[in-house]
Amino acid sequence: MLTFTLRRLLLAIPTLFVISLVIFLLVDLAPGSPMSEIPLTVPPEVRKKMIEALGADQPVMVRYVLWLRQFFWVEPATLFDGWFGTNLAGGEQRILSWQSRAPVFTIIGQRIPQTLTVIGTAYLVGVLIALPIGIYSAYRQYSLFDQLGTLFAMIGFSVPTFFSGTLIIIIFAVTLGWFPTKYDTNLAVTDWPSFLQQLRQMAMPVMTLGLANAAVISRYMRSSMLDNMTMDYVRTARAKGMSERVVVLKHVLRNSMIPVVTVIALGIPSIFGGAIITENLFGVNGIGAALIGAIHASDLPMVQTLAFIFAVLIVTFNLIADVLYGLLDPRIRYD
Amino acid sequence: MKLKTALLGAACALSFAPAAFADRGTDGEVKFTFPQAVSIMNPFLSSGTKDVYASSLVLEPLAGFDADGNLIPKLVTEIPTVENGGISADLTTITWKLLPDLKWSDGSPVTADDAVFTAAYCMDPAGGCAQLSKFDGVAKVEAVDASTVKVTFSAPKPNPYTAFVGALSPILQKAQFAACQGAAAPTCTDPNNMPIGTGPFKVTGFTVNDTVTLAMNDNYRDPAKPAFASAVIKGGGDAEGSARAVMETGEFDYAWNTQIPPDSQASMTAAGKGEFVVAFGTLVERIEMNMTDPDPALPEGERSTAKHPHPVLSDIKVRTALSKAIDRQILSDVGYGAGGAPTCNVVPAPAAWASDNTGCIAQDMEGAKKLLDEAGWVPGADGIREKDGKKLHILYQSTVNPIRQDFQALIKDWWTELGVDVELKAIDPSVFFGGDAGSPDTFQKFYADVEMYANNSDGTDPETYLSQYQCVNAPSPENQWQGENMNRYCDPAYDAKVKVLSTTVDVAERQKLAKELNDMVTKDSMTVIPLVHRGTLSAHSNTLGGVKINAWDSEMWNVADWFRVK
Repeated sequence: MLTFTLRRLLLAIPTLFVISLVIFLLVDLAPGSPMSEIPLTVPPEVRKKMIEALGADQPVMVRYVLWLRQFFWVEPATLFDGWFGTNLAGGEQRILSWQSRAPVFTIIGQRIPQTLTVIGTAYLVGVLIALPIGIYSAYRQYSLFDQLGTLFAMIGFSVPTFFSGTLIIIIFAVTLGWFPTKYDTNLAVTDWPSFLQQLRQMAMPVMTLGLANAAVISRYMRSSMLDNMTMDYVRTARAKGMSERVVVLKHVLRNSMIPVVTVIALGIPSIFGGAIITENLFGVNGIGAALIGAIHASDLPMVQTLAFIFAVLIVTFNLIADVLYGLLDPRIRYD
Repeated sequence: MKLKTALLGAACALSFAPAAFADRGTDGEVKFTFPQAVSIMNPFLSSGTKDVYASSLVLEPLAGFDADGNLIPKLVTEIPTVENGGISADLTTITWKLLPDLKWSDGSPVTADDAVFTAAYCMDPAGGCAQLSKFDGVAKVEAVDASTVKVTFSAPKPNPYTAFVGALSPILQKAQFAACQGAAAPTCTDPNNMPIGTGPFKVTGFTVNDTVTLAMNDNYRDPAKPAFASAVIKGGGDAEGSARAVMETGEFDYAWNTQIPPDSQASMTAAGKGEFVVAFGTLVERIEMNMTDPDPALPEGERSTAKHPHPVLSDIKVRTALSKAIDRQILSDVGYGAGGAPTCNVVPAPAAWASDNTGCIAQDMEGAKKLLDEAGWVPGADGIREKDGKKLHILYQSTVNPIRQDFQALIKDWWTELGVDVELKAIDPSVFFGGDAGSPDTFQKFYADVEMYANNSDGTDPETYLSQYQCVNAPSPENQWQGENMNRYCDPAYDAKVKVLSTTVDVAERQKLAKELNDMVTKDSMTVIPLVHRGTLSAHSNTLGGVKINAWDSEMWNVADWFRVK
């Protein structure tokens, strides 16, 4: 097991290098220029100077090697310096966003909390809604509740968040006036009223994303339950005279949860990626909004760094999942 | 008697004063929302309008423009002119006198050294200053004494109000930016995000691409202003969301750039919480004609260059016919509503600079058809006109943008009615405007017959803008496809007139020349077909008073005078 983990870890290093190079080349080759948002009144000579000041005129390989150095040496060293007051980084240039000239990792640090609170809550709410719907739909297959649950799931699947989000804004903010349409990032939760305010401003983005998440997971839950309902051990349990409650919630649910838990767990890295459309719509300054803003402005260092962090997260979570399988199921031996 | 009247008058003025003006910081918070979030508060490192407007709450130039485009002093005692001796008779120097006792928001005095430093900061070749063109022709900026700034130009400058004038060219504090000059400019994150200024507000918090929080500047030169104790600018989302937050939910007081469809404008106004305001600057949506041949069969490097004149559009009759077939009023109504007006000029404003050219507004389909007949393009069997066995085909490109696609569809209909085979193309704006010499889809390369976008002149004087249509500015492989003369328009008479304009001092004469130049590229040669004069649409809440929208400077140019309507 240990050998396997080590081997996988070592293999992850070249994988990540290749991924970083591919991302860098893809982002670099994509059409667009950091100057495209600048008014046409700025003359071409000035544009050229601005590009030179950004370092964007350097050959692609020079910029890639510089980025590697900044990502793997300067940034960790700066972090270490910040913790222990050392001077490892020696004032070397960090990865700077072209759009705002601020260090990319400072921006990510500012944005991760919002993404985790809003997107994380939406995920949790989605799961909490989805499980009961999935369970009861499967138990009463083809009942009115099951039909309604299917309808709900289909709506959640097929209605894009930019539409459902706008609809929710029009209903709850414009007509009813319950919730604010713009997320206030500076709100500090210090007492009950400010906590309530935080809940109010999270309500609409959480609803929008929760609907989409619940739709997916409830379908998984339902089909997994249906698979198990017809199993022999269920008939045995009923024959033993167990109550329906015990049969469904203890026997069937436990066995049905195994694939669903995997689906839920593998969805967790996506929380860190944020939600581009929803964050943008409600003014939540999370990672997703940062990514789309950077893409629009052709802010290469920002896009590159974010994309690479996502890659690292995905590789890591896959590794964790593989190792966990081995631990959970002794029949799977890697050695 | 006279003294008594004067005293009475003064007493009256004093007694009315408190009713009309609020005291500093009595009106709470003013909340702005921008559809694009603020990235940086230093306009020298970003010319994105969002950043320039946000920084205008904090940083101020020596002089600015009012809502009518007139110069107004901000940090100086008066506007220098030749008459008052502020501008030398040979037009090579301009001398600004700072207001006495002027202070930065940190309490330190503003001196001429700060202006000298600002000029050096922007003119540093390694700094990548976005406003470098404001310092065009500046030979030297010096501090005559602590409160006198003298700018010397290398040649006589008829319009010397560029450096230190308007929101694009404010004064930075030397003490704060001294270590940020040249190559170090982009790395100074803290000063760039929280500059110390002289404006009515100072930055208290900055979250990149999200929120700026500001508090009133206790050292602001007018002790009674600003009425608001704090301000916040929340960015992000889209124009629709920003407009809604002001007009329908009332969460915000002011939304900049709420460019939304006319029907949404009407329904949001109906909610009764705010109003839309439009500032008409010089932005004109136009179709540019390619005077050179973009034929893909030509070797690379010769396509769309002066070597090959355009086989169809070189004929002025064809260009005129294409213009006549367009109904500009419909375009304006469909695309912009209150935020647009049909125009035939590339310089549509200020009024004194705009030609009285309105000949293109009325659509004339029959006249257009007749012109094409005269030019030898006659309808073929399929309704498409042809000449010498060649079909009249036009590739019409623009950027991806819902309004532009509406325009393309409408214009395609009109041109099809005329007997022209129109092919539409929409390009991602970041590519189209990106200026990448390696891409075939930039507006400079112009590998199409006509293209549509919007352009404007910077400030009230259109000299720089009009000089873009000189022969030498045509993009070509020789200049790495940089240049602003997209049409490859080349008329020696035009170039000569631009030269005259650049040395003319008298304003009335300059205005006359500008109108003539405008007419040469529009109605006389039909090289540019202006379509719609576009305004900036912004929204403000009914509870916000004092807003005077301005197209010539920052929209928040008079934010110190804004107050809460009670």
